[in-house]
Amino acid sequence: MGIDLGTTNSLVAVVRSGVAETLADTKGRHMLPSVVRYQTTAPPLVGHEALSDAHDDPFNTIASVKRLMGRGVADVKQLGTQLPYEFVAGDSPVPRIRTVAGDVSPVEVSAEILKVLKVRAEDTLGAVMPDAVITVPAYFDDAQRQATKDAARLAGLNVLRLLNEPTAAAVAYGLDKGSEGIYAVFDLGGGTFDISVLRLNRGVFEVMATAGDSALGGDDMDHAIAEWFMREASIADDSDHRALRRLLRDARAVKEALTTQATAQVEVQGGAGLWRGVLDRNTLNTLIDPLIARTLAPCRRALRDAGIRAADVDGIVLVGGATRIPRVREQVEAFFGKPPLADIDPDKVVAVGAAIQADVLIGNRRDQDMLLLDVIPLSLGIEIMGGMVEKIIPRNTPIPAARGQEFTTYKDGQTALLVHVVQGERDLVSDCRSLARFELRGIPPMVAGAARIRVAFQVDADGLLNVSAREQTTGVESRVVVKPSYGLSDGEIERMLRESFSHAKEDEAARALREAQVDADRLLEAVTAALAADGDSLLSRAERAEIDGAMAALRAARDGGAIGAIKRGSEAVDAATREFAARRMDAGIRKALAGHRLEEFHSLPPGGDK
Amino acid sequence: MQVDWSKNFFELFGLPAQFDLDPSDLLTRYRELQRRVHPDKFASASAEERRLSMQLTTLVNEGYQTLRDPVRRARYLLDLSGVAMNDETDTSMKPEFLVEQMELREALEEACAREDSLRRLAELANDIEHRHAAKLEELRDCFSRGQGALGAARNAVRELQFLGKLLQEIREQEEELT
Ligand SMILES: Nc1ncnc2c1ncn2[C@@H]1O[C@H](COP(=O)(O)OP(=O)(O)OP(=O)(O)O)[C@@H](O)[C@H]1O
Ligand SMILES: [Mg+2]
Repeated sequence: MGIDLGTTNSLVAVVRSGVAETLADTKGRHMLPSVVRYQTTAPPLVGHEALSDAHDDPFNTIASVKRLMGRGVADVKQLGTQLPYEFVAGDSPVPRIRTVAGDVSPVEVSAEILKVLKVRAEDTLGAVMPDAVITVPAYFDDAQRQATKDAARLAGLNVLRLLNEPTAAAVAYGLDKGSEGIYAVFDLGGGTFDISVLRLNRGVFEVMATAGDSALGGDDMDHAIAEWFMREASIADDSDHRALRRLLRDARAVKEALTTQATAQVEVQGGAGLWRGVLDRNTLNTLIDPLIARTLAPCRRALRDAGIRAADVDGIVLVGGATRIPRVREQVEAFFGKPPLADIDPDKVVAVGAAIQADVLIGNRRDQDMLLLDVIPLSLGIEIMGGMVEKIIPRNTPIPAARGQEFTTYKDGQTALLVHVVQGERDLVSDCRSLARFELRGIPPMVAGAARIRVAFQVDADGLLNVSAREQTTGVESRVVVKPSYGLSDGEIERMLRESFSHAKEDEAARALREAQVDADRLLEAVTAALAADGDSLLSRAERAEIDGAMAALRAARDGGAIGAIKRGSEAVDAATREFAARRMDAGIRKALAGHRLEEFHSLPPGGDK
Repeated sequence: MQVDWSKNFFELFGLPAQFDLDPSDLLTRYRELQRRVHPDKFASASAEERRLSMQLTTLVNEGYQTLRDPVRRARYLLDLSGVAMNDETDTSMKPEFLVEQMELREALEEACAREDSLRRLAELANDIEHRHAAKLEELRDCFSRGQGALGAARNAVRELQFLGKLLQEIREQEEELT
């Protein structure tokens, strides 16, 4: 399944008989409001019911939680009064919200939303569905991506891939319309803004550049309108959370009404009784223009990073509910010098694109040549002397990517080096997001400048970072998967999973077994397909027999039903196919280049020679 | 281990090791390689294949970025020919070029201080882009003259890097102003 986990609304889509479509709840509604209401004893309410309670029970009803994902307590303080919840004071680096059901983290709140969508998909299709592609704003940093992945794991999902929202939209749009050329995807949702420039060519979606603002969207317009209400109706006190929530709800309704109407009636509870007024589109425009202006600088930067001009863009695809606003369309048209394409449903494309990608990843579309080539949105670097940042991987580098840099000690006899990993475009560490700190210890004492410490960054296809440091002369090594200081540890996730299982109908052991069996089936299927394609040409009879043997053992273990045996069997198949995998990869490269000027190509040694 | 990591990027892309290169040819080969090696093609494969795929795609991406940018491509070619850049240790530059650099830097500072700094910066960027393009032609010429001109190519690359950095700074200034 593909899941669009949005700030305001979330959706789930699946591919059935080759067609990708979003799924509705039992009442026929596709969008699930991303709102969770915690209750004293009953399980939390998610979606429409929670949304309609938001202003009656503001402290226990969490909306727009996506804005808090991967954020530290300090960031949340900055958002300040915009958020009508009660944060738990304390020394935990992860912001926690106090509710009647206990303190919850943004990751847990997001997991509640994901669980509902997972159940919806399983009920609709009548099958167990652990695998999902989850979308994230392209401009999400490492911490925000990691938090999203944690939420998915907590919801019992196996994340096939984190996919950037504008890329997902481009897939849905491009495949549908058979488009070729350069497209800009302008995605303004409830809480995030992304702009991606892509080149579409025969099923290959190549992101040339991306930019955005992970805290800009329709929510901010609602705040601007609510503030206008407060000024007009002389509502000075903003400490009443109920009133504030109601104002935001009214502001959103008025904003949406003004998309089709020229004026809208406003009725709010003012300082001196009920206040009635009218908001017209011009006034709305002056309120939101500063926010729309904030989308244009990223557009400029994305074009520049892609090395193109606005005129080179063949089409502009609008995504996200806030792009329905006429003023937004006007400004986008003025910037790109051509009207944006408006022939798609801006709400559903992201989920649909994610479902298509999930279908490709689980191997259902082997015949099709769709391929997504994405980039990293923000530069990655490490702290050097004087609180400055040394960039290691610049923004808009295609992923997966790896880069290394050598550093040295600056004091005689220094035996440890602190590596501080940051993400962002600014020169000062304090202006960038801190992702992780770790220490390389055990460097043998040498004079200052003699040690050679190589810090290596590896970004995977989800855009997630892995960092290792190694002293070259002695080989002392330290390796971390970047886990932001305000993320969850693996232990925490496992504990939460266990706790949630103990309430669930399903037995944990049975579930774990089924998952291991699904994994084993997938591996067996992959190896079978690989053998059918290349087994005869790339393997000797003895090698083939070894692989067949390992597969037979795994099949037996799978049916035997012992988790440990299945896992060991899978590892054995992995080990037996290692050599075969390398040869296939090699043969693949040669095939990719076949038909080109072969005489210029120093051919590889044939498989098995080395 | 079959995947031959010792191949250089030109070999990886099946292209002749030379400065002149057709960008659309490179792009086609890049796409074809990606279709074979990208992690999405191995999402349900064995752990070993997934690991190999990630490493190989990383290499293909690195190669693509190196070859598509003329200055990086030139550096890479020089490196293959055994001409070291030694950016850190060798800071000697032709005096004329150093003077030109200083003048351009002054112009940048001046532009930033002006009322109409955005327009000034755009003009300056335009000017530097022209110099950059001319220098690139010079570089191409050096490579066409063969082994004997590699030293000159090295100088041209270093000058291009200076110009590139300056352009980058202008872009950053512009971003801060808008
Ligand atoms: N007709 C409309 N006119 C104006 N605004 C609208 C309209 N319909 C929806 N919106 C606004 O669009 C926003 C929600 O858009 P969307 O559902 O695309 O966001 P999301 O996917 O939840 O958020 P994000 O992608 O930022 O995480 C809300 O601010 C909503 O008020
Ligand atoms: Mg969205």
